Amino acid sequence: MNNKLTLKKALDKLNDKSLTLEELYNDINSSIESQNKKLNVYLTLNRDAFETANTNLNKPLKGIPIALKDNYCTKDLRTTASSIILDNFIPTFESTVSKNLKNSGGVILGKTNMDAWAHGSSTETSQYGRTLNPLNTEYLPGGSSGGSAAAVAADMCIASLGTETAGSIRQPAAWCGVVGLKPTYGRCSRYGIIAMASSTDSPGPITKTVEDSAILLNYLAGHDPLDSTSAQISIPDFTKTLNLGVKNLKIGYLYKDLKGLDEITKIFSEQMQVFETLGATVDVVNAINPKHGVSVYTIVQRGEVSSNLGRYDGIRFGKNRSNFGDEAKRRIMIGTYTLSKGYADQYYNTAQKVRTLYIQDFKKLFKTYDVLISPTSPGYAKKIGATQGQAMFGELEDLLLEASSLSGLPGISIPCYKDDKTNLYLGMNIVAPMYREDLVIQVADAFEKATKWNRWRN
Amino acid sequence: MKTIKTNKNEYQLICGIEIHAELKTDSKMFCGCKNDPFGAKEPNIYTCPVCLGMPGGLPTANKKAIEWTIKVGLALKCKINLFSKFDRKNYFYPDLPKAYQISQYDIPFCFDGVLETSYGPVKITRIHLEEDTGKLLHKVINGKKVSLIDFNRSGVPLIEIVTEPEIYSPEQAKEYGKKIRQILRYLEVADCDMDQGGMRLEANISLAKIDQENLPNYKVEVKNINSFKFAEQAISFEMIRQAKILDNDEIPVQETRGWDSNKSMTFSQRSKEDAEDYRYFPDPDLPPIRFSRENVDFIEQSLPELPANIASRWFEEYKVEERYSAQLITDIQSANLIEESFNLLINDSLTPNQLASAIVNKKIDISRENKASNIITTFKSLFQLDDVSQDEILKKINIVLSQNSDAVKKFQTGETKVLGFFIGQTARLIGKKVDANLLSTLIIQELNK
Repeated sequence: MNNKLTLKKALDKLNDKSLTLEELYNDINSSIESQNKKLNVYLTLNRDAFETANTNLNKPLKGIPIALKDNYCTKDLRTTASSIILDNFIPTFESTVSKNLKNSGGVILGKTNMDAWAHGSSTETSQYGRTLNPLNTEYLPGGSSGGSAAAVAADMCIASLGTETAGSIRQPAAWCGVVGLKPTYGRCSRYGIIAMASSTDSPGPITKTVEDSAILLNYLAGHDPLDSTSAQISIPDFTKTLNLGVKNLKIGYLYKDLKGLDEITKIFSEQMQVFETLGATVDVVNAINPKHGVSVYTIVQRGEVSSNLGRYDGIRFGKNRSNFGDEAKRRIMIGTYTLSKGYADQYYNTAQKVRTLYIQDFKKLFKTYDVLISPTSPGYAKKIGATQGQAMFGELEDLLLEASSLSGLPGISIPCYKDDKTNLYLGMNIVAPMYREDLVIQVADAFEKATKWNRWRN
Repeated sequence: MKTIKTNKNEYQLICGIEIHAELKTDSKMFCGCKNDPFGAKEPNIYTCPVCLGMPGGLPTANKKAIEWTIKVGLALKCKINLFSKFDRKNYFYPDLPKAYQISQYDIPFCFDGVLETSYGPVKITRIHLEEDTGKLLHKVINGKKVSLIDFNRSGVPLIEIVTEPEIYSPEQAKEYGKKIRQILRYLEVADCDMDQGGMRLEANISLAKIDQENLPNYKVEVKNINSFKFAEQAISFEMIRQAKILDNDEIPVQETRGWDSNKSMTFSQRSKEDAEDYRYFPDPDLPPIRFSRENVDFIEQSLPELPANIASRWFEEYKVEERYSAQLITDIQSANLIEESFNLLINDSLTPNQLASAIVNKKIDISRENKASNIITTFKSLFQLDDVSQDEILKKINIVLSQNSDAVKKFQTGETKVLGFFIGQTARLIGKKVDANLLSTLIIQELNK
């Protein structure tokens, strides 16, 4: 079953001609056919994918099929952000990251379901129905990049792209038992990605292994003159730190004593010992309580959302504002309120100051530690319907990621434990200083190769 | 200072002015689209995902527009914020595709400037840079009323120059506006075409009792003024309108009014009782902008000598009157050309002021293709007489006299005013420039023969 291949193996096999694109696409397509109806992963499929793949064999990614979250504008391919407001929106232009992917020989297989406008951590706010977790269909895949994580978990693609503002790549990756890499803010261009919270949106890969993430990131990252916030900084070969191990690295274990994590702390602490056996030192560290990050993130993100969604005013996209779902309406209202005259100081401006405190806190910690590690999510995937009546569902699920996301830091989530009863995984979140994705990859790769939790490696 | 007297009170005008001017950079403010909304042959041809507000579009700031804004600021003696940023001004309007305008809120590029007028200095509060909106066209198509949107103008760089409420007469407002336009044109950063909306004027008008110390507790904004004359008229109209209301011990409604140039009156457009809430916040798509002192110094050094300075220097050095220089100093090339021409008149019987007058009144070509020496030749020819022999003149006089025997009789019966008629007729017949005094003498001599 060639759809189960990792990106690395598929590339190797295409290289040594032990695999043809036809075989690969046949297996991928039949896996989509057999599962998509139930899992609701893809909203739109690219009918020309295989044909396009055949013209890309001489490029580095050789026509490999990649799934894209449906908030990447893709030329001539419907892009909805899982909102019926954009039900028939067909962009006339390509997002920079998907253009980079195409130029490197990657092929867009289809567009995956997500929380509408990326608002949420469950896909339950999608106006095209929720996606189910391929590991156990009674559970949610997480979100907002839930479709992209599920596509990888169900081998309905070789790899996928998601976007994250605070957890939207890593949390669904954790819940679906796959690898999700959130690059540094500014490492990958935001141009052509339907904006959620502009000051934290970060596109990145969701893959089967850490190595696959490193390979993909090599082709996605880079300065983009069309995005003023994209970093003018050179791109290293992110695969260079694979297999280097963690010997002598200093690791900070973050949020160990945080209330509410008791259920998983014991398991997680055991997994942290892996690093010690690999020669790293692990210290439990104190950081500013992440709960303030929830407030800061909520205020900043809602404010930006209320402004970013203004353009869907019913004049130009064929659907009026009554088509916004409840979650979008809630966010628009809160954001409008926090930016209002007389309240902006109390909310938005204060939030930005607290954000600066987190940035300084991380800077201080990174003077001592190479990377900081915590669970990705406070627990396992939640059951379907769990978001009912939980307006702050996403923010609480992403509690452990918001502070570092607000600080722009790169992070990765990798599977670090499996519950045999439910078949669900726990995720481990590894965070490094700005532009040190190489470190994140090095540490994640070492753990992945030293443990049994990755389904594709073994 | 202009006051208005009613039966009850005497009021003085308190007025502040906001001027919007589109910068004539090659490309738009936040994207690479061509900046030529007035030259566009069709609507919506200079557009892209960014200025159309498509999902995923992102702005990138036009460096030249920022430099030009600072240039304008320095020309108006402003201080420059070395740290600045762009903010989002959120509001809904069909011509605003993102539902927010990228503007500057609390840290404009320039602040605290001043422009001298003959009525006194006008303090400039701030100058900031923003993007223009699209343009709505209301039409009837197939019998149906429709509103169309042209986004060619969407994203064109726009500066806003705001004064303190320190303009005290309609005449001063007019002069202020004209001087701003002169400077913007002189710096070659804006065309300021007011008919097409390339420069737009808003006046905030209120009246204070003559002995009142505080600023009035209301203001009326008059928008859509597209000429300086209208600005002057609109302010005068408002003074009378507001004085009547104040005489009744009422306060004029805080509102936005428009100017109807046909009826020569302002009219209510919308109430502005509560200040609008634009929910300003820093645009997360655009990093803050930092300048070094050296950056600003560099721009300052590149500033040309400014019109006001040139005018006073011309007065001192060449005795050229202000009323001419105000009209002559429009752009650097022609100002240089004119000054070069002045210098050619040193030790000449004709003066630079006569030349200035001739350029204004006789429309001597001062376009950049012309040369100073040509200008002087043209100028002198206005004063030079053609070489025409006395015989020739006499011959023509006699033709005129023989053809107009009735007029000759009138002259001989004492109606001397027909002399002018003879001079005109003769001059036309000669078709060259001759000394009018000589002509007159010769005609009288012939008539008296």
